[in-house]
Amino acid sequence: MTSSASALASVLAAEGSGGDDGFQAPTVQEFYPEPIAEFDLFGIAFEITRITLILWVATAVMIALMVAAVRKPSIVPGKMQFIGESGYSLIRDGMARDVIGPKGLPFAPFLASLFFFILANNAMSIVPFAQISPMSKFAFPLVLAVIVWIVYNWVGIREQGAARYFKDAAVPPGVPIGALILVTPIELLQVFIIRPFTLAVRLFANMFAGHMLLAVFALGTVYLLNVGNFSIIFAPFSFLMALTMTFFELLVIVLQAYVFTVLTATYLNGAVEPAH
Amino acid sequence: MNILAAESSNPLIPPVGEIIVGTITFAILCFVMIKYVVPRFEQVFVARREAIEGGIERAEAMQAEAKAALEQYRAQLAEARGEAAQIRDAARAEGQQILEELRAQAQEESARIVARGEEQLAAQRQQIVHELRGQIGTLAVDLAGRVVGESLADDARRSGTVDRFLAELDGMAASGAGRGATVAESNR
Repeated sequence: MTSSASALASVLAAEGSGGDDGFQAPTVQEFYPEPIAEFDLFGIAFEITRITLILWVATAVMIALMVAAVRKPSIVPGKMQFIGESGYSLIRDGMARDVIGPKGLPFAPFLASLFFFILANNAMSIVPFAQISPMSKFAFPLVLAVIVWIVYNWVGIREQGAARYFKDAAVPPGVPIGALILVTPIELLQVFIIRPFTLAVRLFANMFAGHMLLAVFALGTVYLLNVGNFSIIFAPFSFLMALTMTFFELLVIVLQAYVFTVLTATYLNGAVEPAH
Repeated sequence: MNILAAESSNPLIPPVGEIIVGTITFAILCFVMIKYVVPRFEQVFVARREAIEGGIERAEAMQAEAKAALEQYRAQLAEARGEAAQIRDAARAEGQQILEELRAQAQEESARIVARGEEQLAAQRQQIVHELRGQIGTLAVDLAGRVVGESLADDARRSGTVDRFLAELDGMAASGAGRGATVAESNR
């Protein structure tokens, strides 16, 4: 795909740069396509790449589907409404109500937004012609994780009061005083730094690695077909692997969207109810 | 371009522009979901729950009503049955009583009729016997007159008259005795 930029720091790329004949594995450059448009606004550089377009298309399609689902709401749902309702109920009942608890329903819209946003963008990794998820760009999962971080801390302060919330976070009730030397730094680090970081990295890394795997096997198939010697017989295996990985990716797409939302619900649960 | 690419090649250091784009995009989706989509889903859920619960409540009310009506009918039926049985018993008793009364009355009446008939018969018999006695006397006197009046006529005629009279007397006595006997018998 982007063989021209293969000279960048990567072992595989360095190996590939030895000659034009060898297999050029996809590099991190996969995630930095040529910008379609570039502009500066208030000193911030904006790059509109095909990944940005994919982000917009995925989001627009998801919004369109959701709006179509509730365009004519009725007690006996149509097909679209039924699908939309099933998806929303999964978040509303399965997470907002069951994970956060009785106070959870107000968070259902936020959780549903997260879930469907991630799902739509993840799905782009196996949609033909897009075939890369915006979530494999760290910026987007990071944005979501930071929003989640702000929301659960804000909710914690609002529900429990700032003093109580920070005290409980630093000094969990029921911990012996001696253990606090260890527990307090770990807890503080976990609640305020590790949680958002892992949330973002988990999603990003899964989509990043998924794309790399698919790219390796897809490019491998093409390479084996074109190499011009007996290794052409291995091309079907590479293709089969790419196919298998696509199904695996489908699982990852749904699972990661679900995990991200469930973890958000869990953090919100901790914020809504004081620690026991 | 090359410098930019090299700078941002670390996938864990995102460009600021991308962060802003991502934030705005997510915010738009959030806005549509929170302001438009979810409220309508919730509306449908509420409407559906009300429809189902309302239906169940209505059905329950109807069932209760039907049950109450059934109980009432049953009670009424039992009451009516008891009443009917009571009425039947009373009627039977009354009928029995009336029958007894009638029977007694009829017996009395028949006894009275029989007694009166006997009385009447006895009186008639008495009367008839009296009458017969009178008639026999008269006839005897009449015959004696005739016998005396016709003594001067021829013997043959005389003897005929006597014979005739005797025959008449015979017949009369025989019929009178016979009739008297039968009447006495039937009176008994």
